[in-house]
Amino acid sequence: MKMIRFLLLGIFFGIILTKGQIVSWYRIYEMFQFDNFHMYGVIGSAVVLGAIFVAISKKRNAKAMNGEPFQLITYPKGWKRYLIGGTIFGLGWAMTGACPGPLFILIGNGYMTVFLAIAGAILGTMVYAMLRGKLPH
Amino acid sequence: MEFLYEPWPWYVAGPLITLTMIILLYSGRRFGVSSNFTTLCAMGGAGKLNDYFKIDWKANTWNIVFVIGTIIGGFIGNYYLMPDESVELAEHSVSALEGLGFNSPGATFEPAEIFGAEALSSWQGWFMLIVGGFFVGFGARYADGCTSGHAISGLSNLQLPSLITVIGFFIGGLTMVHLLFPLIFGS
Repeated sequence: MKMIRFLLLGIFFGIILTKGQIVSWYRIYEMFQFDNFHMYGVIGSAVVLGAIFVAISKKRNAKAMNGEPFQLITYPKGWKRYLIGGTIFGLGWAMTGACPGPLFILIGNGYMTVFLAIAGAILGTMVYAMLRGKLPH
Repeated sequence: MEFLYEPWPWYVAGPLITLTMIILLYSGRRFGVSSNFTTLCAMGGAGKLNDYFKIDWKANTWNIVFVIGTIIGGFIGNYYLMPDESVELAEHSVSALEGLGFNSPGATFEPAEIFGAEALSSWQGWFMLIVGGFFVGFGARYADGCTSGHAISGLSNLQLPSLITVIGFFIGGLTMVHLLFPLIFGS
């Protein structure tokens, strides 16, 4: 049951984002008001430590447990889809106070209205799939 | 034990997010949550409607299991590890939100005006949740990643596209909070 590991890791992640108050709408509002260092500290420390880990793991040619290289994310060059898509995402992030992780974690926190936002996100995914041929990438 | 019940500061939460990414990398997977929306659509049979969803969604089952875990984690965090649901907000944010008509900002985890049952009796509540969710889902697919994929995983791997995306996150977020919230909530 390999899947148990991912369930436990998800539980761990859900607790971190709840206890770190990252799922709170207010923390995202404060971030876009530049009123609180909290979210900058969270993302900044996660990225700096992540970058150090990735750099060292590349140097040492570290492998995953299955012997394969790490599945590091690389993105194709370009800017249009990243800038426009990112901006649309940012509008939604400020409205719901939640990125995709917190949208699910908030269910566990007992906020059932978040299902409306999840329905919106699924609709957004479907509409993107239909329009993607017509959008600049 | 007291530490478990207090809100965790950024220097605890941030490194633990990195740890989550590292464990996923060692497990031969990658850290990203928004792709689950694509998987959910594919599981629901959207492949019949659009080629974009013709994917081997069974290969992404682990990520759906991860998401189910996050829901359980949110439950444990909220109901067993968080006796106090208030969020200590900066004074300026509190007065700005009161100016928009929010009652007692920070008294609970989420504003009742958007997430409470009473939000369903105002157009703003529906609008913020459904349209906000739509932008999150649409934007994440258009930009090919969300906060975990771009801001954490992508930036950790020094990806320029991720930096451009994060700049976009801020253009959108700042526009919404400073220009559009006053129109949505104003008078």
